[in-house]
Amino acid sequence: MNRAITLTRRALLKGSVALGAGLVIGFRLPLDAAAQPAQATPGVFAPNQWLRIDRDGIVTITNSVPEMGQGAMTATPMIIADELDADWSKIRTEQAPANPKLYANPVTGNQAYGGSRGVRDHLEMWRKAGAAARQMLKQAAAQEWNVPESEVETEPGVVIHRPSGRRLMYGQLVDRASQLPVPQNPTLKTKDQFRYIGKEGIARLDIPVKTDGRAIYGMDVKVPGMLIASIERCPVFSGKVQSLDATAAKAVPGVKHVVQVSNGVAVVATSFWSALQGRRALKVTWDEGAMAALTSAAISKQYEAMSKQPGQVARNEGNAEQALGAGGKVVEAVYQVPFLEHACMEPMNATAHVMPNSVTLWAPTQNPGGHQALAAKIAGVPVERVEVVTTLLGGGFGRRGEPDFVTDAVETSKAVGAPVKVIWTREDDIQHGFYRPATYNVFRAALDANGQPVAWWNRIVGPGILIQKGRAPKGTIDPAAVEGARNHPYDIANIRVEWVEKDFGVPVGFWRSVGSSQNAFITESFVDELAHAAGKDPYEYRRALLGKAPRHLAVLDAAAKGAGWGTPLPAGRARGIAVAFSYGSYAAHVAEVSVAPDGGVRVHRFVCAIDCGIAVNPDQVRSQMEGGAIYALTAALYGKITLDKGRVQQSNFHDYPMLRIGEAPTVETIIVDSGQAPGGLGEPGVPPVAPAVTNAIFVLTGKRIRTLPIDKDLLKR
Amino acid sequence: MAIPVTINGTQQQLDVPDEMPLLWAIREAAGLTGTKYACGIAQCGACTVHLDGQPVRACVTPTSAARGRRVTTIEGLDPKGEHPLQKAWVEAQVPQCGYCQSGQIMSAAALLAAKPNPTDADIDSALAGNICRCGTYQRIRAAIHKAAAMKPGATR
Repeated sequence: MNRAITLTRRALLKGSVALGAGLVIGFRLPLDAAAQPAQATPGVFAPNQWLRIDRDGIVTITNSVPEMGQGAMTATPMIIADELDADWSKIRTEQAPANPKLYANPVTGNQAYGGSRGVRDHLEMWRKAGAAARQMLKQAAAQEWNVPESEVETEPGVVIHRPSGRRLMYGQLVDRASQLPVPQNPTLKTKDQFRYIGKEGIARLDIPVKTDGRAIYGMDVKVPGMLIASIERCPVFSGKVQSLDATAAKAVPGVKHVVQVSNGVAVVATSFWSALQGRRALKVTWDEGAMAALTSAAISKQYEAMSKQPGQVARNEGNAEQALGAGGKVVEAVYQVPFLEHACMEPMNATAHVMPNSVTLWAPTQNPGGHQALAAKIAGVPVERVEVVTTLLGGGFGRRGEPDFVTDAVETSKAVGAPVKVIWTREDDIQHGFYRPATYNVFRAALDANGQPVAWWNRIVGPGILIQKGRAPKGTIDPAAVEGARNHPYDIANIRVEWVEKDFGVPVGFWRSVGSSQNAFITESFVDELAHAAGKDPYEYRRALLGKAPRHLAVLDAAAKGAGWGTPLPAGRARGIAVAFSYGSYAAHVAEVSVAPDGGVRVHRFVCAIDCGIAVNPDQVRSQMEGGAIYALTAALYGKITLDKGRVQQSNFHDYPMLRIGEAPTVETIIVDSGQAPGGLGEPGVPPVAPAVTNAIFVLTGKRIRTLPIDKDLLKR
Repeated sequence: MAIPVTINGTQQQLDVPDEMPLLWAIREAAGLTGTKYACGIAQCGACTVHLDGQPVRACVTPTSAARGRRVTTIEGLDPKGEHPLQKAWVEAQVPQCGYCQSGQIMSAAALLAAKPNPTDADIDSALAGNICRCGTYQRIRAAIHKAAAMKPGATR
């Protein structure tokens, strides 16, 4: 017999239960996770781990995808409620605990969320979960009325027998439905039957609590007896503590403990302010290790040297090198991009309570499953004894799947024997990130007499994120390093793309759209260079090369049309265009740009066309395109993490600036309905943005931006 | 010596050091977590609260500066959470991650109190200190205009 108990964390997370929005941060612990037949909790119909209905008709949907701003807490219930034919006003959402047996992403097999995988990997499974429940409710009603099941149908929250006019609310059917077997292959709705999926006007469930202070992020977790810690970290990535004098730190009022942890020295206090004062009073000597002399200039120089050596061949069609030597016009360029930090608005943090035989972890995490296993390992308890409460995330962007902030909290709690929240400062966040790799990229192309490319040759130099993390073998091609470059869509007879691995040990990670973030920039800039070298319109030039890429072509056309490509603009403005596939979706952007006499770049407008297959929540598709554009534009204009003496030179928003409201363009989104399988949304709105802008800058100034961020001094007139 | 501060209409004695930023006094001593920490150096505006009606960055305001004064946080902006801006924020579906939005709303509320019908330039200037990493700026702008249009009795 499979039973489930509900352990709400209300007592511990006081104030976290946000009822008004129908949003509950709860925790449901299955005692027998293996089997999933209808459950026997009296008065609750719970045919699977994704939903349950009580006698009042309240439908509680368990969302496994962390809410980091992308709308998962609304998209998940939309999908399940649609197939369930639930009354939207009766929907409640709760965040799943870490329990990969129940909640793993069915495609990746783990409970980690990146790669814009929320909807696209779960859609079918969630539809089935809802449809199975609906079928059981219909069956239960048919039994109750003693009529054939074929005669009953549903309207939101109610089963109807039209011939007799009888109706039963879902809540009235929970006991009977609970007795029925769960259908494994329920009939799914056809597209025209959807009530919620793809519909406009469905408000996000998490928004009310985000307007009045009720929303609980990791930073806001309160646990009785909790202490607050701040960790002094070696400014050099490779460093370790050589000597520590904590006398003065321990004398700071409120400081309770000073303990060494893997990532530095933790000052544990009764308040964050005390912890910070204690941290400032620490006397630490660091052994800075092997990276103590590293500089950005040295990295760039070494990349350049390595770009002259052959790399691993990521794509090879025809013979690009031979075609380059065949006498056509040759175009060459070198592109460079910097390290970038994610800069989530909510600085890294986590709260852990390590007890003798168990751990509770409250974290704004993109990786509940991985962090559960990590906490278990550190605490020395079985993984099932680690309860993970995933709070709201104040931004994710790929940063919050990393282990460091969880390691901090679990180690510190274990060391001091109390619940501890470790709060990073913004400076910690920017100087101890997992950065989007800096890369160096060489291009050569040959054009025939008509200006059409006959050879495309690209060599990329940089580190491999997956290789550095031990998730891809050294000596192989890291897929994250070449995505967006090796699979560019242009129909060219001879193509060669190579990758040279060079890793200086700077921690690298998955930054919103990962390799596509830089590879779309270099690829879409270089194809633009070819168009101009050929004397052709960059949009038409791309069109002619996209004969084998209909979905690229469709979004390119939609964006061009939406932006009025080719129509006159106010004086001093120009358009640039770019297109890219990433994370399951196709996006094209047209940027409308002007450049001030001082070189300042102003983007007035983006028109973005997105083909994400099925658009579950159209307004959230637009939101993600709006957000992706700002994120990418921020990087193009300002984003740069540099190193000197092994240290990150930037530290806060004054020297790692973010785009502000007065600089923000409007973003118009065109959703291209391809009717294809669902694609991602968090990431695909990023890649075409930078090249669309720099391609417009070229039209305006004749200057080709080949290094990011855009150097406004180059554009001064 | 505890510092007397009126927070959202309730007088409180905050037992914190004078120099502790008001942000941490609000979050940890008063237990109101709607006001956010994000930069600590008045660069991002996530900690914006009203001090005697004026917007300030609580992360760089010593608690002693609030002695005997009125502090309004996002929790106290409207007794029912129905300030025109809060309604407009929902209507325009502004927040994504939402972490910066308390600060955005508090800056916008101060703007509307001073200028009930702000222009785009007024918005740019009043919210220049508020970063949104999710890039919700165009919806913030739309929501402020919506709230201004809702009019009567914008409560403070």
